[in-house]
Amino acid sequence: MIQKLPAKKMVITGDYAAAYGALLCDVDVVAAYPITPQTLIVEEFSTFVNDGITDAEFIMVESEHSAMSACIAAQAAGARTFTATSSQGLALMHEMLFVASGLRLPIVMPVVNRTVAAPIGIWCEHNDSMPQRDAGWIQMACEDNQEVLDMIIMAYKIGEHKDVLLPVMPCLDAFILSHTVEPVEAPSSDEVADFIGEYKPHAVLDPDKPMAIGTFTPPEYIQELRYQTHEAMKKAKEVIKNVTKDFASKFGRDYYGLVEEYRCDDAEVVLITVGTVTGTAREVVDKLRQEGKKVGLVKSRFYRPFPAEEVKKIAENVEAIGVYDRAISYGSGGPLFIETRNALYGMDVPVINFLAGLGGRDVVTGDVEKMYEILLENKGKKPAKEIYWIGTRGVSI
Amino acid sequence: MNIKDLPEESLFTPGHTACAGCAAPAIVRNMMKIFGKDTIVYTPANCLLVFSGTYPHLAWKVPYLHEAFENTGACISGVARAYRRKGRKVLVVGFAGDGGTYDIGIQALSGAAERNEDAIYVCYDNEAYMNTGIQRSGATPYGASTTTTPAGRKIPGKLEHKKDMAEIMRAHEIPYVATLSISHPKDFLEKVKKAKETEGFRYLHVLSPCPTGWRFDPSKTIEMARKAVDSGMWTLYEAEYGEITNIYKPKKKIPVEEYIKGQGRFRHFTPEMIEELQRWVDRKWERLYGEKP
Repeated sequence: MIQKLPAKKMVITGDYAAAYGALLCDVDVVAAYPITPQTLIVEEFSTFVNDGITDAEFIMVESEHSAMSACIAAQAAGARTFTATSSQGLALMHEMLFVASGLRLPIVMPVVNRTVAAPIGIWCEHNDSMPQRDAGWIQMACEDNQEVLDMIIMAYKIGEHKDVLLPVMPCLDAFILSHTVEPVEAPSSDEVADFIGEYKPHAVLDPDKPMAIGTFTPPEYIQELRYQTHEAMKKAKEVIKNVTKDFASKFGRDYYGLVEEYRCDDAEVVLITVGTVTGTAREVVDKLRQEGKKVGLVKSRFYRPFPAEEVKKIAENVEAIGVYDRAISYGSGGPLFIETRNALYGMDVPVINFLAGLGGRDVVTGDVEKMYEILLENKGKKPAKEIYWIGTRGVSI
Repeated sequence: MNIKDLPEESLFTPGHTACAGCAAPAIVRNMMKIFGKDTIVYTPANCLLVFSGTYPHLAWKVPYLHEAFENTGACISGVARAYRRKGRKVLVVGFAGDGGTYDIGIQALSGAAERNEDAIYVCYDNEAYMNTGIQRSGATPYGASTTTTPAGRKIPGKLEHKKDMAEIMRAHEIPYVATLSISHPKDFLEKVKKAKETEGFRYLHVLSPCPTGWRFDPSKTIEMARKAVDSGMWTLYEAEYGEITNIYKPKKKIPVEEYIKGQGRFRHFTPEMIEELQRWVDRKWERLYGEKP
């Protein structure tokens, strides 16, 4: 169906990587609506369609709500689907996210993380995707454009696995990835086809085998479905580990399951990061290590399913854990922090939350150094303060 | 085409739980006989969703999908495109109520029509949110008492007139728009057949008298539908690419008073309210027939 695409090295934006990933996965139907900074994804895909590189159906719908509705319907009719959104668009889709997971349809939708109004802003923040936590979607965060491309490919393999059958949301930071070019190695379409395999839907709207999908359902039947979805999300952890392993052996890039540790072996304190700040933190860790400070870094790639066991294991050997968040649950703390503290319930290790980069403000090496400094000061102590607002006018640390 | 020309087998089976006298099952059953087996049905939230199948019961013998309320246009687009990609011809039909069409669903409907998706959209119009307990919609006629426009001491029912949804759809210049009534079965079946045989986006709008919401005797459903047509409250026509190609004119136009008198929702009407409703009918008549009634 698709023009054969050779393996190649490209210098591309994160949005291009997302669109190219969908092209490599030979998606059947794309339904999307443009929103900054996701726009390049739909523009690039339109070009693939209009240039005849793919014969996928592209429905340019009139809203994000309709984008998700159309993807669900097409997927229920047996198609492999793709869409993309950001911020307000994701919020408008919210209702339909539950339908996608409730019908167990493995749709893949990159979300370009952007501030949610008010006040309106277009820059990076995770307050769009993280509030979708309970919608039954697998959520993964990307650090660079290579990871965006690789995660789109892995998203189909993970979501379509028979033990999972859940929709997947790879997240990428607005502008820092979406509009910034980086070198990316793309596999060939044949290699990708071989890796993800053919999509074999578990239930299809087909006149030859009529069935009802999504009917009105009384209380006698719904609770079991909730349990099954919960179990599927838990089983996704094992599938993710296997898929990253397969990916590494086939394409040479290892994403190490749910979390990636950096210089954690003898670390006294570790910082858990999400998204592009990870790259900045890597530099800081190298610098502090040179100074003889025993610091490590944990890149949390998955928010759902949350890698509770992995985080617990890391916590056993350290004297303080920091959690970086680019989103806030007002009055409580960063979503990743809340999740981490929940995973570490009953353990003694101090857990400190760092909020920085909200509304798209830059997070620089000095900010991350400050985080490590606070962690080292609080080693093995009960921290005086749980939440630090880094670089916030009017807030002292 | 006549009722006797329809196949015996019903793709919308008995055993559903619609109210006595509800027009919707008759509308759907007869349409499905023409649409046939190679049809995929979508219903948003509406009475039909609930009475046609509460798990594990089901009245449909064709594949059937429900997602949400406001997205029928988008959902039939998704199914139609998935099948176009497969290279297989199927008929994709959405059955939405008036709330899901006039109000919350108009955006997705307009989008699907503008893209000329290859699907049929049916609006069965019972002129209020009957499924949730008779709340007013954009389809509710002037003056009608509903649970959110009750005939009160100060405000006597709904203050606004019914929105002309079929005309909005005609303005989209789609291949086919038709208004239908179960009181005129030959006309009804011919329009459904024509919709089936047309390609691109098709919009069928059927008046669906509701004994529960309109408060009339359930044995009088067909009579209500006929009086709606004869009074000019409901106008039967067909339009292709925005042009009206066929319009039915009642032989003898009856006053709206004759249509409303059997219905509890209009019981509180004063002579002034009857006049206001009559003026609305006469304006519509002049617009559609190009002559004064």
